[in-house]
Amino acid sequence: MSAERKVRPFYWSVRRELWEHPAIYLAPAAAGAVGLLGFLVSTLWLARSVAGAVPKNDGLMMPYVFTALAVMMIGFLVSIFYCLSALNGERRDRSIQFWKSLPVSDRTTVLAKMAVPMVAAPMVVLAVILGAQFVMLVFSTVVVLLNGVDPGRLWARVDLRLMWTVLPYGLLVNALWMAPVYAWLLLISGWAKRMAIVWALAPPLGLALFERLAFNSTHVIRFMIERVVGGFGEAFSVKGEGKAAIDKFSDIDPVHTFSSPHVWGGLAVAGLLLAVVVRLRRSRDPI
Amino acid sequence: MACIDARGLHKSYGKTVALEGIDLRVEEGRILGLIGPNGAGKSTALQAILGLIPHEGELTVLGRNPWTAREALMSDVCFIADVAVMPRWMRVWQALDYMDGVHPRFDRAKAEGFLAKTSIKRASKVRELSKGMTAQLHLALVMAVDARLLVLDEPTLGLDILYRKQFYDSLLNDYFDHSRTIVVSTHQVDEIEHILTDVVFLDRGRIVLDVSMEAYEARFAELLATPEHVAAARSLGPIHERQLFGRSILVFEGVDRARLAGLGEVRTPGLADVFVAKMTPTFPGREQAA
Repeated sequence: MSAERKVRPFYWSVRRELWEHPAIYLAPAAAGAVGLLGFLVSTLWLARSVAGAVPKNDGLMMPYVFTALAVMMIGFLVSIFYCLSALNGERRDRSIQFWKSLPVSDRTTVLAKMAVPMVAAPMVVLAVILGAQFVMLVFSTVVVLLNGVDPGRLWARVDLRLMWTVLPYGLLVNALWMAPVYAWLLLISGWAKRMAIVWALAPPLGLALFERLAFNSTHVIRFMIERVVGGFGEAFSVKGEGKAAIDKFSDIDPVHTFSSPHVWGGLAVAGLLLAVVVRLRRSRDPI
Repeated sequence: MACIDARGLHKSYGKTVALEGIDLRVEEGRILGLIGPNGAGKSTALQAILGLIPHEGELTVLGRNPWTAREALMSDVCFIADVAVMPRWMRVWQALDYMDGVHPRFDRAKAEGFLAKTSIKRASKVRELSKGMTAQLHLALVMAVDARLLVLDEPTLGLDILYRKQFYDSLLNDYFDHSRTIVVSTHQVDEIEHILTDVVFLDRGRIVLDVSMEAYEARFAELLATPEHVAAARSLGPIHERQLFGRSILVFEGVDRARLAGLGEVRTPGLADVFVAKMTPTFPGREQAA
C-alpha cells in the first residue's frame, strides 16, 4: 500500500465547477469587454470634454459606473443560473455517480458549489471591473496627452479611489446578503427533477398570492424583493437605506452593515438550507 | 477479514423489493461475477456496497458502513458504471488534474502511462470520445488508483467486442494482483467467466447460486449424450436440456461425473448454460434434482 498523498478536495471541487461552468468568468468578462469597447469609441470626443469647462455633474465618470453596473448585473445573473443547475446537471447526466465514486464528501461538494456564487463570481466581477476601468483610465490618459491637454484635468474628474474601495466592500456585503437566496436555489437544484427555476419561484410567489388575497397585504412579496435586490442597497447606499448613493469615504459604514440582524439572520437561514442540500445530495438518485 | 460482508441486505423502492435480504461474503483477492437478468437487483446491491443508497440489514465493506462512511471508503474503493457517467464536458487533462487533486491514492504517472497506450488526446472532451475510448479513459483513471476493491457495474455495456476484450485483458494483466478484490456485474457472461474466481447468480432480489469456480466445476457437469443413452441420462435428473444438431445436451447439478461418463461426452458447462438452467424454473428436471 502506497503512502497517502496530500489532497485538496475543496480547492479542486471549486476548480471543477469553474471548468464545467465557464460562463461564471466568460459572461462578466464579455460584459466588461463590451463596456470597454464602447468607451474606447467614445474617447474620440474625450479631449474636448476634458479641456472644456467643468460642469458639476459631467459625464466623465459615467462609463466607469455603467461598466461596473453591467458587469455586476451579469455576474449576479450568472450566479443565479449557476445555482439552479449546480446540483441538477450532475444528476441529469448521471455524472454524479462518477463524482460520488471519489473520496470527496457531499458536504465538501455542496460547500464548493456555494463558494462559486459567494466567492468565485464576486472575485471575477471585481477583477473584470478593475481591469476594464484601469484600461479605460490609461487609454483616456493617452488620448488626452496626445491632444495636448493636461491629464491632471482628467484625473481630477475621474477619481476611482472611492469606487475601488466601495466595490470590494459592496460585493462582499451583497454576497452575504444573497447567501440565503443562493442556498435556496441550490436546494431546489438538488431536489427538483426538471424546471428548477419554476420550483424555485413557485413557493414564494404562491405564498405572496395567498397573502394578497387572504389578508390583502404584501409582506411576503416585499420581503422577497428586499432579499433579492436589497443587497445592492445595503452595500452601496448610505446606511443601507437605499436612498442616497455612497459618495464619500465616510458613507461606508461596516458597523451598521455587520450589526444588521438581516445579514446575520440571512446567513443562519443559508446555513440551515445548506445542511438540507447536503442531505439531498447524499440521497437523491440520478434523474 | 472479508472485503464485503452483507447479512440480510434488504432494499425496497416503495412497494418494489429490489433485494430480499441477501447474505453475501466476498473475501479479499477474489474476482466475483454478479450475474442476473435485468431487474435482478445487481445494480442495487452494488450501489449499496458503494454507499450510494441507504439499505436495511448489515453491510460492511472493508470494515466500514458504506452509507455512513462513503467518503472514507472511496479512498479504498473504485467504481466504474456503464460509460455514461464520466462528465461529458470534462477534458482529459482536467480529469487527470482533478483525480490528482482529490484522490490520496492516485498515481498520475501511472494513469498517463495507460493513456499513452491509447489514442486519447489530452485536450479532448469526454463528449468527443467514442464509447470505447471513454471506457479506456475511465479504466486508466481507476487502474492508477491503488484501491483494495474495484466495483464494475456493466462496465462494457455498449462497447464493441475489441474494446470489451481489451478492457478485461488490461484489468487482469495490469491491475489485478491478488491483494485486490473485484466485483463485476454484467450480461456478457461468457466474456468474463474465465477471469472469475467466484460467481453469484441473482434473480428477483435473491441469490440463486453462490459458488467458487473450483466448487462450480465439481458441482456442475454438462453431458453431450449419445442417442441411445439419452433416456438413461434424463433419469439422473438434469436441471436443463437443450438440443444441438439433433443431439441432447443435458446439464446436471451435483451428479457424480463418473456416473455420466458412460452416457456420452462430459465437460464443464459454461456459466451462460448454467445461468439459463437456473433461471428457467419451469424445466421439469429441476424439481427432480431439487
